[in-house]
Amino acid sequence: MSWTWFHKLASPPHAYRILGSMAPWFGWASLALILLATWWGLVKAPADYQQGDGFRILYVHAPSAWMSMFTYVVMAVAAGVGLVWRIKLAHAAAAACAPIGASFTFLALATGSIWGKPMWGTWWVWDARLTSELLLLFLYLGYMALRASFDDPQRADRASAVLALVGVINVPIIHYSVNWWSTLHQPASVTKFDKPSIDLAMLIPLFLMIAGFQLYFGWAVSRRLRGEILRRERNANWLKEAT
Amino acid sequence: MTAVRTPTLAAAKLVFQRDMTLAWRRWDEVAQPLMFYVVVTTMFPLATTPDLSALREIGGGVVWVAALLASLLALEALFRADVEDGTTEQWVLSGQPLGYLLLAKVAAHWVLTGLPLVIMSPIVGTGLGLPTSVWGVLMASLLLGTGTLSILGGIGAALTVGVRRGSVLLSLLVLPLAMPLLIFGSRAVSMQMDGDSPAGPLQLLAAIFFMALSLGPIAMSAAIRISVEN
Repeated sequence: MSWTWFHKLASPPHAYRILGSMAPWFGWASLALILLATWWGLVKAPADYQQGDGFRILYVHAPSAWMSMFTYVVMAVAAGVGLVWRIKLAHAAAAACAPIGASFTFLALATGSIWGKPMWGTWWVWDARLTSELLLLFLYLGYMALRASFDDPQRADRASAVLALVGVINVPIIHYSVNWWSTLHQPASVTKFDKPSIDLAMLIPLFLMIAGFQLYFGWAVSRRLRGEILRRERNANWLKEAT
Repeated sequence: MTAVRTPTLAAAKLVFQRDMTLAWRRWDEVAQPLMFYVVVTTMFPLATTPDLSALREIGGGVVWVAALLASLLALEALFRADVEDGTTEQWVLSGQPLGYLLLAKVAAHWVLTGLPLVIMSPIVGTGLGLPTSVWGVLMASLLLGTGTLSILGGIGAALTVGVRRGSVLLSLLVLPLAMPLLIFGSRAVSMQMDGDSPAGPLQLLAAIFFMALSLGPIAMSAAIRISVEN
């Protein structure tokens, strides 16, 4: 089996072209799915017997929380690939992921807080998942701060890649330590989010929304990665020929 | 010419001894984190309440937070002088496993900043109303915690060595990673105070320490190579 197609992916001009042609597909598909899931979740899904219509913010909260962790793993994998095989494009992909992941994390925190106000009566509860999300946001911000503090892009790439890898080893430790900390401190009232069985009618729009968020991530990464390539290759000849 | 390589352990010992000698000659710099530690813990009774029984509730956590902050203080300059005068470059070229040499340096740093914090903690803890029965757990948890923190901080210091105004950045990078230490450490203290066995959190702290000890040098040497190679 020939691996040329794979190696070609690491070439900036080729990747630039492929990403350009893929981005609209991701974009329109994600828009369609998110609109469908929004209608399904807000209109068609039944109201929760306990939380009423308030639970519907779940359709934004849960997918963003899921995407915030997914993006961190993608970022760490890209950083690791860039560090081991010295592929500049992988570093560029990691750089493109960070702000998207931080935005998802922020969205998860904000929606969690808004959800918390009617359900818990306060804007913020030191709930395990909210706390892990907060720490994840700190990890993203640290990564972005480290990347921004180097003048030399190659050093920024490799230093932040080491940080991303250290971070991804730590994420499970942080997650479980916060869980353990929270179960010792929290009353059990919080577990109403942990309902073992969620009705299928509520679940379908959630899955649709997650799929829509994944596609949105594909669109956003494609766009950002193209931007990164433009910035990094601004003196390259292929770019002058292309424009 | 066949060069005879110094055994790795001997080389690491030399690095350790050199740092201890340097620190001995500038002992005032070594004392600063310790002073910071005491000053920070003094702020809590002043900011909240002088009531010892109320302070006891948060005492373990306060000692832990202050120790984390104090041991971060001295970390920023850990590798800077050596990178600037070319010492680290020689280490990279020496053929010795870089991770061991850096670990020796971190060990010296821990003896100079982490260990004094551990020894000082019963005194500071007493000021916050912690009973003598928790001294052992407090010191054991800090012993494991500051050790891990020195390694984590070593990674952070190696990453930020070439960065302007690295100290704030270093705290931003290392503190989120140190949260599990804080959770387990202060939890062990409060469990002991409530009469429960603190073995669980202490064992978790030990597990994290050994993981940092085995994986940390790899990350540190990768980070130092990035700083030196350019």
